Amino acid sequence: MDSAAHYFDWGFIHISYPNLLLIGLMIVLFAVALVAPFPHGTDRDA
Amino acid sequence: MLERRAGIAAPASEPVAAPAAAPPDGDWTFKARRWIERVLPMDHLLPRRQPYYVGSWVYVFGVVTIAALVWVIVSGVVLSFMGPQWWHVSSLGRFINSLHFWSVQLFFVFMVLHLWGQYFMAGWRDGRAATWMIGVVIFATSILTAFTGYLSQQNFDSQFIAISAKDAMNSTGAGAFFDVLNFGQMYGLHVMLLPIGITFLVVVHIVMVRSRGVVKPIGSEGSPVS
Repeated sequence: MDSAAHYFDWGFIHISYPNLLLIGLMIVLFAVALVAPFPHGTDRDA
Repeated sequence: MLERRAGIAAPASEPVAAPAAAPPDGDWTFKARRWIERVLPMDHLLPRRQPYYVGSWVYVFGVVTIAALVWVIVSGVVLSFMGPQWWHVSSLGRFINSLHFWSVQLFFVFMVLHLWGQYFMAGWRDGRAATWMIGVVIFATSILTAFTGYLSQQNFDSQFIAISAKDAMNSTGAGAFFDVLNFGQMYGLHVMLLPIGITFLVVVHIVMVRSRGVVKPIGSEGSPVS
């Protein structure tokens, strides 16, 4: 962890792989939250 | 007195208290109570039922952010009580220090996910602009708090960040009253003023969400809301 991170370079984009991976995981988590079924209790409407 | 406690009726000759009259206009406590009851009734503050559209994991991001904030504050209180030598040297101190750091990471991750969710559902609709803007201020204040936290680590990392940041701060003029090389100032801001500000704003944010309810999905303005 003490060594410098490797960077992803593409045009003007310059971002470390750990940060790029984290952003990718956040996007995946957001997409899963949109489509994953939510457990409904008996006290909710509809 | 003993007879009253035992439930025995008072003698007829004893004066009876007059029924409560309507409070005068200057009664600010009564006015404040009525205002709170009107703006934030208890069934809004602690609702038992939620609209059907709240049944989505997207609505969980906000409360997970708050859960992470609780861990940040609890671990931060322990760190501030024990001090830098403890959090750098002892194994328990390093664990609590890591707990503080990773709680902050989760706080930011889920705050951004909550932001995405509110952005794409246009959470500022129907009179909720102030709620959105307070969220923006919480985000900005959190960045400042995290920055002062990195400067308060008391290690080479914090020194490198302070030396790297001072020129940018000075070039904006902010360095005159926000000195990143001043550990006492950065630490005081990080453990006192900024956490109080964030906690206060989060409470206001939640109360505003509860007072108006969760925003309806786009295109379902006519749908009933409990």
